[in-house]
Amino acid sequence: MSQASASVRSRRAAIAWRLATVVDVRTETPRTRTLVLDVPGWPGHRAGQHVDVRLTAEDGYQTQRSYSIASAPQDARVALTVDRLPDGEVSPYLTDVLTEGDQLELRGPIGGYFVWDVALGGPLLLVAGGSGIVPLMAMLRHRATALKTADVRHNVPARLLYSSRRWDDVIYRGELAGLAQDDQTLEVALTFTREPPQGWTGFRRRIDRMMLAAVAWPPGERPHVFVCGPTPLVEAAAAALVELGHDPALVKTERFGPTGESA
Amino acid sequence: MNGDEKRVSEQHSGDERVAEAVRLDGNAAAGILSEVFVPDITTAGATCANCGTIRALGALLVYVHGMGTVLRCPGCDAVVLRVARTRTRLWLDPTGARLVVMTSA
Repeated sequence: MSQASASVRSRRAAIAWRLATVVDVRTETPRTRTLVLDVPGWPGHRAGQHVDVRLTAEDGYQTQRSYSIASAPQDARVALTVDRLPDGEVSPYLTDVLTEGDQLELRGPIGGYFVWDVALGGPLLLVAGGSGIVPLMAMLRHRATALKTADVRHNVPARLLYSSRRWDDVIYRGELAGLAQDDQTLEVALTFTREPPQGWTGFRRRIDRMMLAAVAWPPGERPHVFVCGPTPLVEAAAAALVELGHDPALVKTERFGPTGESA
Repeated sequence: MNGDEKRVSEQHSGDERVAEAVRLDGNAAAGILSEVFVPDITTAGATCANCGTIRALGALLVYVHGMGTVLRCPGCDAVVLRVARTRTRLWLDPTGARLVVMTSA
């Protein structure tokens, strides 16, 4: 075999579609479920990356969507948390129909831009809206697993500002509370845009510049910032952070949207 | 990322609303670009041929249409890259990128 054909072969391997098997399904909120997948040959990922999922109907119609990886790179299994959109073509199938033992096609991990690992250091500022928490949760899980002791965590402090409509919509609510409780260097601030829980004393509005100024480190600390959520939230938060003086090169964004194609 | 967002947005009639919902980040084009480029190109620096600004491809704005994936400069809105797939071919139009620089690992 010539070298050229060998390299073509390895190139194909890098983007290969793989057949994953659902090994566990967890209900996170009324609208979201986590699919835990066994992916033979999975090359490993970095926190923040995503996969493309491809579904093929019996008549051959194919459709493709991107989903962020929720699990830490340290996990052998790949977890995807999927938000069910009422008129979605793919998400209701993933959240309502797929069950343990079912298979689906995916390729990945994809995207080296919206990624963070402990080697990049901190401070780490995460800003999420709705299911935008998913890739940021992979970063927090990675951080908690990689940095076991308080003194190493101290060098990489993290803050999360997370906007939800209501209490029941907060994905990973229990796990986030547990992580923050065990870790003095992780601060979690929630904000509610529709119905704050009774007696809630925290933020109760959309993420804005004042809220970001209250939560974020001063720009001089040069935090690594990752913003993920619906497009209007991402654009408002990123613009406000830059206005506050954060270096645009350190503010990385991931907007939701139709990354899939039908074929 | 949530792939079905567009379907929701299509229920809003205002064009602006739709445009807002389909605007994504360069990261969203990483899947199709991985079919063209071997290294992950979203971390490569691209020089906009229109305004000369250098940004990581992951920091460009991505619009995904049935016709293909379009990467635009967030500064001047010019098209930097276009990628499209047909049944038998993959198309790349790089005329809007004056230079693409990848850091070797």
